[in-house]
Amino acid sequence: MAQPQNNHAQNLGQALPSMIKRSLIVLAIASIIFAPTLLLRLQVSKIENTLFIQYRWVFFAIGCALILVWRLIYEFRAWQRANVPLKASSRPQSQESRFAPYVGPVLLIAAILLPFMPFTDRYILDISILIVTYVMLGWGLQIVVGLAGLLDLGYVAFYAVGAYSYALLAEHFGFGFWICLPLAGVFAATWGVILGFPVLRLRGDYLAIVTLAFGEIIRVVLLNWRDFTGGSNGLSNIPRPSFFGIPFSQGPDGFAATFGLEYSSLQRMGFLYFLILALALLTFYISSRLRKLPMGRAWEALREDEIACRSLGLNTINTKLSAFAIGAMFGGFAGSFFAAKQAFISPESFNFMESATILAIVVLGGMSSQIGVVFSSIAMVGGIEALRQLQFLKAIFGPDFDPSSLRLLFFGLAMVIVMLWRPRGFVSSRVPTVFFREKKSVGSSMISQGRG
Amino acid sequence: MDYLAQQLINGLTLGSIYGLIAIGYTMVYGIIGMINFAHGDVFMVGSFVSLICILLFGITGSTDIVIGIGILMIVAVIAMAISGVYGWTIERLAYRPLRGSFRLAPLITAIGVSIFLQNFVQETQGARVKPLQALFAGGFTLHEGTEFTVRITYMQILIVLLTIALMAGFSLLISRTSLGRAQRACEQDLKMTQLLGIDVDRTISMTFVIGAMLAAVAGLMYLLYYGVIDFFIGFSAGVKAFTAAVLGGIGSLPGAMIGGVLIGLIEVLFAAYFSSEYKDVAAFSMLIIVLIFMPQGLLGRPEIEKV
Repeated sequence: MAQPQNNHAQNLGQALPSMIKRSLIVLAIASIIFAPTLLLRLQVSKIENTLFIQYRWVFFAIGCALILVWRLIYEFRAWQRANVPLKASSRPQSQESRFAPYVGPVLLIAAILLPFMPFTDRYILDISILIVTYVMLGWGLQIVVGLAGLLDLGYVAFYAVGAYSYALLAEHFGFGFWICLPLAGVFAATWGVILGFPVLRLRGDYLAIVTLAFGEIIRVVLLNWRDFTGGSNGLSNIPRPSFFGIPFSQGPDGFAATFGLEYSSLQRMGFLYFLILALALLTFYISSRLRKLPMGRAWEALREDEIACRSLGLNTINTKLSAFAIGAMFGGFAGSFFAAKQAFISPESFNFMESATILAIVVLGGMSSQIGVVFSSIAMVGGIEALRQLQFLKAIFGPDFDPSSLRLLFFGLAMVIVMLWRPRGFVSSRVPTVFFREKKSVGSSMISQGRG
Repeated sequence: MDYLAQQLINGLTLGSIYGLIAIGYTMVYGIIGMINFAHGDVFMVGSFVSLICILLFGITGSTDIVIGIGILMIVAVIAMAISGVYGWTIERLAYRPLRGSFRLAPLITAIGVSIFLQNFVQETQGARVKPLQALFAGGFTLHEGTEFTVRITYMQILIVLLTIALMAGFSLLISRTSLGRAQRACEQDLKMTQLLGIDVDRTISMTFVIGAMLAAVAGLMYLLYYGVIDFFIGFSAGVKAFTAAVLGGIGSLPGAMIGGVLIGLIEVLFAAYFSSEYKDVAAFSMLIIVLIFMPQGLLGRPEIEKV
């Protein structure tokens, strides 16, 4: 935008007063925003349960100073851009890295080898299971959001349907995990259709808020239908999955004894890890095949322009419903795995923040990039763990401070920044799935989308 | 009968709060066609600012009612000012750069802003609920029944009167001022308005500011009415207010107010006669039902899709 022109070029001394003026305005706005949050803290006194106000000038000053510094840097760089001649197109719009084709296989091999590594302990396995679960959920949601362009804010409802259907089927009918897994998928997909059907005619943003409302309805029902779902106490003693009928127990017919191994509780963890890895890979395989089928093409076309789709005779109802159902089905699979792994579920695991987390993974991974979901899941779960390590912050913020609770703060911020900076996410540059003669990738910054 | 009358009074009060929030949704949707997900959280911020101001000014239950209401008006003005700055900043930082981007983009930033605001307030103000002792506890007894007494509290009168006053002022602003004209023009055709030399960016900014201000007053009312707030109140109040906006016909200002009152009544009556645990389900189901059967709402125009 800012072309270097001589009459606009100013030396720094001339530009400085207006730069400082603008920075001070920003500082004033920041101080208004920080006044009721950083500066004035409402404290509940423990004795009388009344409120009093605590002044925190240090936090306030730090917050304002950070904003001021950021703005000054921003002003300086804007001045630089306007005055220093631009290098001709410094960076190509997108480049396929030479290593790009190897990233997926390397990650897969690393994922398969992980449980056999000498440094792998219970903690690492636990984290890895969590990461892979999020990867799977991310891939599932990606079908709905990234491919079909339907913003689903209630994805966790299908996760909940899967989890509760396994838990309830196991409790009432004594079904095993391997029977319940497909059933959970079917139930979740059915719910996907039930939800999808009435909202088909709605535009994208209405759809978002309806799915949000639907997710909340499911959660509230789970919370209050105590006879059936156990209410806020949740369901416990959910049977754990067995290795094709062989339980992971210490007894003579257990997994370890059958295969002549020494018993270790890590075997169950390892099995769970491979189970979710297999489920995730199944999701990956199916969704990447679907992309190349007419159905997947129709999803992408629908995302780009719904009116054009209808004009060309696509059945938008079936297209949307199939996206909803298939996305929901993978959510259901993941949910039933979650129930089996935790052996305990309660409605609190399925709140809106969980939906937002999964959505954030898809968004940060670049909406339609499958490998991006893997990276953003690793970054997110890893980020939470890293935050948990920051115990020294307790010394600054007081003993009540839990660093890991900052994660959602960073999520929100990251979602905004990614959308502003790279609307297609960090990893992705969109590659057209249909191409003529030669595959060309289109840089993310060049894409603007039609109405979806 | 008495019980019903009491529920109607309560529903009207609650509906006034939802209606004020709904105006913010409906105005923004009318002009730029996006759901401002962060609006509910601006309402929450307004509520926190009000609580802080009430503590700073030292109003308690024993303050004289005339002085108390006078100070509350000052509190409302401060809350409006600060929330207005929040609304302006959100629009400037998160939505304006994305105008002309693909359609899901501003929606996703809006969710991001919403999550950020919730957690920012949670981190800085703590997760515990913040109780406020009741101000001006008295009221009028309207009807002394055999089993049930219908009462209307001073607080409820204040809330309804304040809502009516704000609505009157707001209608004047929309119908008489140049800003209101610019907003109505933007609602009809953004591009044409721009061609005619109206500063569209400024108009949109002001729309966010006005919406945030009304939400801030709603936040103050919510605080006075329920007496407890926490960082999460913006979520369900936001969804219900959005439901109100849809029910009234999105883009229609009187519709937002009518929708707000209806949603307030539905929620209160459902809680009174069926189940208070499922009252959120009632409100949320209402949203789905309305969108399926009459997406244009009560007073809205049917939306024509243009290519």
